[in-house]
Amino acid sequence: MSKRITINPLTRLEGHGKIEVFLDDKGDVRDVYWQVVELRGFERFCIGRPVEELPRIMPNICGVCPTPHNMASVKALDDLYGVEPTPAAKLIRQLHYNAFLVEDHLLHFYILSSPDFVVGPTADPAERNIVGVVQKVGLEIGGKMIDVRRRCRAIVRHIASKPAHPEGGLPGGVSMGISEDDRRWMRETADLCVQFCQFSLQLFRQVVLDNKEYLNLVLNDAYKLDTYYMGQVDENNRLNFYEGKIRIVGPKGEEYALFDCHDYVDYIGEWVEPWTYIRLTHLKKIGWKGLNEDETTSLYRVGPLARLNVADGMLTPLAQKEFETMFAVLGSKPAHHTLAYHWARLIEALQAAEHMQRIANDPLLTSKDIRNMDLRLGKVGIGCVEAARGTLIHHYEADVDGRATKVNLIVATQHNAAPICLSVKKAAREFIKGPQVREGFLNMVEMAFRAYDPCLGCATHALPGQMPLIVNIRDSEGSLLRTIQRS
Amino acid sequence: MGKPKVAICWLGSCGGCDETIVDINEVLLRVAGAVDIVLWPVAMDFKYDSVKRMKNGEIAVSVVSGHVRNSEQEEIAKLLRKKSQLILAFGACACFGGTPGLANLTTKTDILNWVYRDAPTVVNPDGNYPQAAFRVNGEELTLPEFYGRVFPLNAIIDVDYYLPGCPPPPYLVMYALSGMLENKLPARGSTLAPHRALCDSCKRNKSKPDRISIREIKRIHEVEADPDVCFLAQGIICLGPATRDGCGESCMNINIPCRGCFGPVEGVEDSGAKFISTVASILDAESDEEVVRIVSQMIDPVGYLYRFLLPASILQKKG
Repeated sequence: MSKRITINPLTRLEGHGKIEVFLDDKGDVRDVYWQVVELRGFERFCIGRPVEELPRIMPNICGVCPTPHNMASVKALDDLYGVEPTPAAKLIRQLHYNAFLVEDHLLHFYILSSPDFVVGPTADPAERNIVGVVQKVGLEIGGKMIDVRRRCRAIVRHIASKPAHPEGGLPGGVSMGISEDDRRWMRETADLCVQFCQFSLQLFRQVVLDNKEYLNLVLNDAYKLDTYYMGQVDENNRLNFYEGKIRIVGPKGEEYALFDCHDYVDYIGEWVEPWTYIRLTHLKKIGWKGLNEDETTSLYRVGPLARLNVADGMLTPLAQKEFETMFAVLGSKPAHHTLAYHWARLIEALQAAEHMQRIANDPLLTSKDIRNMDLRLGKVGIGCVEAARGTLIHHYEADVDGRATKVNLIVATQHNAAPICLSVKKAAREFIKGPQVREGFLNMVEMAFRAYDPCLGCATHALPGQMPLIVNIRDSEGSLLRTIQRS
Repeated sequence: MGKPKVAICWLGSCGGCDETIVDINEVLLRVAGAVDIVLWPVAMDFKYDSVKRMKNGEIAVSVVSGHVRNSEQEEIAKLLRKKSQLILAFGACACFGGTPGLANLTTKTDILNWVYRDAPTVVNPDGNYPQAAFRVNGEELTLPEFYGRVFPLNAIIDVDYYLPGCPPPPYLVMYALSGMLENKLPARGSTLAPHRALCDSCKRNKSKPDRISIREIKRIHEVEADPDVCFLAQGIICLGPATRDGCGESCMNINIPCRGCFGPVEGVEDSGAKFISTVASILDAESDEEVVRIVSQMIDPVGYLYRFLLPASILQKKG
């Protein structure tokens, strides 16, 4: 008689998720399913809406990652109306975008992933959360983190209204300009962000890289997956969040494809399984080969580590140095170690902060020329950005009145859905040996998906919790190797 | 006596409401110290089972965001109702259905067919659709049932208080939380936000002529809107007159008109209908043909007037 363990709820992406684990008679893992249990149907109810309203509706897909939806939508409108935003508008959009990324990436590093590393998996359970992190790194750092988040969200609010639901952005430009007074506090914020990202990377080096146990965890095969990778790059193959071409590299690092987002349908397929509401993306030309990572795989990953794997370098100098260090330490490019997503995320935050700094010092930022009104409505508009969690594509078609007639969206967590299923299964198989382990494997399994999608990962750690949790790590004979306890 | 227990839970929600709770920053840590948070899926790892084990009424306040569109959301809403003394419908989706409520303009079949059959990237040779129960490798996997329409929270359970907005602004979150914890609240059923209309606090209000009259309805991307002048006076659809105040005019501040995320003003049941009467009163038209010409420039009335409100409106749904 097999046993079943259900972890519910997990959280966020286009909806909610749960993990089902099936154990055999001995209590070993036979199968694991990560299920997305919700569907909302944005692609259908946006039909008939005036297209200029879509950048205001789409952010409701995800309130944790709303800016990328707003931006992909606005870029799809630029494309639909055949219009280039003015240089000032483009700077303002990118300032908004980078401020969002810094805030999102840092928030998730500190609140979500750092308790595992900064406080440590074997620390007193009462400290395994953001409060524990603050105690360890100092109140001043906690205060700085809150300050950086507040300031970045103030930039988003200033440019695009509510941070959890940005409503700005028009085809060819933005709705409000930036004054010299605004520039001053925004520049101050950018400087602060660069310093804080550098500090965070230093902290990561100290607590993870200098600690052999943690480094081994990062390099543990249970958290490794050999897949393709996808991300957006500029003409020099440097990582670009806002614009460029989509590049895919293979498991050995070779370039598999470099394409304009207009051709995404040729490269990306969405497989349908009856046990989940999410469609499982894969490389269409290879075809769906199931949930596997052998040489026939058609699975690819997106998000911070994927983007660094795909790019030849970073857009900004300080981030470039960190990029080189990361691959030197990990020893291979592409790096397949899922936990390295946390490291890559911090390097990306640094690029975003440096880019904010560059924009905040650009004389054009305060230009009043924020709209290109030369709008010529076409039939199709496709916009692509790198969202915090990976490549995001919005594809709209419209009638002669500018009403949406067709909407197709490929969202970041969707690209990672099949790899997350595999990663969760691998981690569960590694860490669940023998019948004694029940709830305890939760943290180690959750670590496998927390790396991909901080939205999901938020399900733990943010505030002092009281969930009793014991993780017993056992060898194949069932002998206890290590116990991690929270109560 | 122990600290009051609080649950924060999302149903069909984007997580933006949870982000706005995090936006109260340091204050949140103080609140977290004053109460015992027993469920918060976005931030903590309590599972639903721990709530099921509680006594009825054991939770002082459940803050519930998101609409109801599937069987699991309905079940959780009912569970929280049973275990809670007070339910706060938090944000536009819980109060009215929210933007995903626009899905009531289409059908369940239409959504499923597009998502799993017709979208250009779908690869589905076996014609699979997600199933409520499905056996794979000998194991049964279940999914919640996807309902035919979106419901606001009060269509499923009794709601004690409402806090609208997409998302509610942090200052109103503070006001609501402290009011509930200190037991200083208006009558049950109240909306914890100002009673007046957005126009009453709008900085552009003073630019409004005594009588607005419009001969054209313009779309926001087609014009360069004057950031100091009433949108309606510029012929741009703005739901300020029919929408409850309290958002802090975030959209106005970036020169973007209101779409009504705060819902109807006090005493009005259907703000879409209310807004239509506003529009009727400002048309500068001398003939029926002229009225038709101007009104037909508003190409998606339901999408403007019921952006956040459709499931709670008198229109209800298609099919």
